[in-house]
Amino acid sequence: MSATATASAAPDAAVAAARVRYVLRLADASLVLAQRLGEWIGHAPALEEDLGLANTALDLMGQARLLLGYAGELEGQGRDEDALAFLREEHEFLNPTLVEQPNGDFAHTIVRQFLFDAWQHELYTGLTSSSDERLAAIAAKALKETRYHLSYSSGWVVRLGDGTEESHARMQGALDALWPYTSELVETDELDRKMIAAGVAPPMEPMAAAWSARIDAVLRDATLARPAAAIYRWSGKQGRHSEHLGYLLADMQHLARTYPGATW
Amino acid sequence: MEHEGERTDGWALYEIFIRARAGLDHKHVGSVHATDARMALEHARDVYTRRQEGISIWVVRSADILASDPADADALFEPARDKVYRHPTFYDIPDEVKTL
Repeated sequence: MSATATASAAPDAAVAAARVRYVLRLADASLVLAQRLGEWIGHAPALEEDLGLANTALDLMGQARLLLGYAGELEGQGRDEDALAFLREEHEFLNPTLVEQPNGDFAHTIVRQFLFDAWQHELYTGLTSSSDERLAAIAAKALKETRYHLSYSSGWVVRLGDGTEESHARMQGALDALWPYTSELVETDELDRKMIAAGVAPPMEPMAAAWSARIDAVLRDATLARPAAAIYRWSGKQGRHSEHLGYLLADMQHLARTYPGATW
Repeated sequence: MEHEGERTDGWALYEIFIRARAGLDHKHVGSVHATDARMALEHARDVYTRRQEGISIWVVRSADILASDPADADALFEPARDKVYRHPTFYDIPDEVKTL
């Protein structure tokens, strides 16, 4: 192999590896949040909410399956969606830290959902013009689901924020608690930069601005105050997670790990 | 005025009507609980259209529906029983007409 060929092959391989990680980030965000929402089944405040949360969880699960399947193909090492979902370790999960946060009370669940839906809405909108046609197609399909999720969660944010004294206090408390996890959503790291340069990921600034504007508009309607930016930076999307993900994965993975290859 | 199904905790019952396909009427499919009409619409979507049952949803507060009293059934519906001439069954339909 000539020196020039090696030189050009190395960056290509780096971009290919980065693309696998980028798709896993998208997949893990949906997968982990789906698992969290699933915990509400049988416990939601009303039968109708039970179904609503389950529907959202199933939408996210569907997105995760498409994305994990694609990541497995890109990786080319024979790992399918199940292997990627159930046999990876905690540090190999690349979801933003926000989505692994516990359900807490209904206010925490709704605020987490709203902050994430608003972000995923911008992300999928941007990804529909990705140079990666497969990702663009998945994003176009998922965007329709996310639009509904966002309408659902922002409706609840306004209803509870601008509700009773009790509901307002709980919503503001949840917002204050979860806000520190939002900075990593809109920050560009090395992997993002590689994918933006390759035209795979949309540029971050316009998405971040649109996300921020939507948050402000809904919080205004909800009479909730936007918390100040937090100093500590979470970096779940680089595989460094809060203490909660390990427990979630233990729940999610134990069946598949106890009975390898089990089907039903 | 007290309505059946009216709650005191801010939630109310809504009746759900779904149009299955273009050209069909909205049909009553059931009810959901919600605190406002928008939530009722979302709940109806989540509860009643999970399996592609519809393309359009109406929600109506159950309390806004005035229903006939079953106790009045005799007065309301009995008198129609012996008026068979109201049915359009006394016409001779020409054989050529197929789709009536």
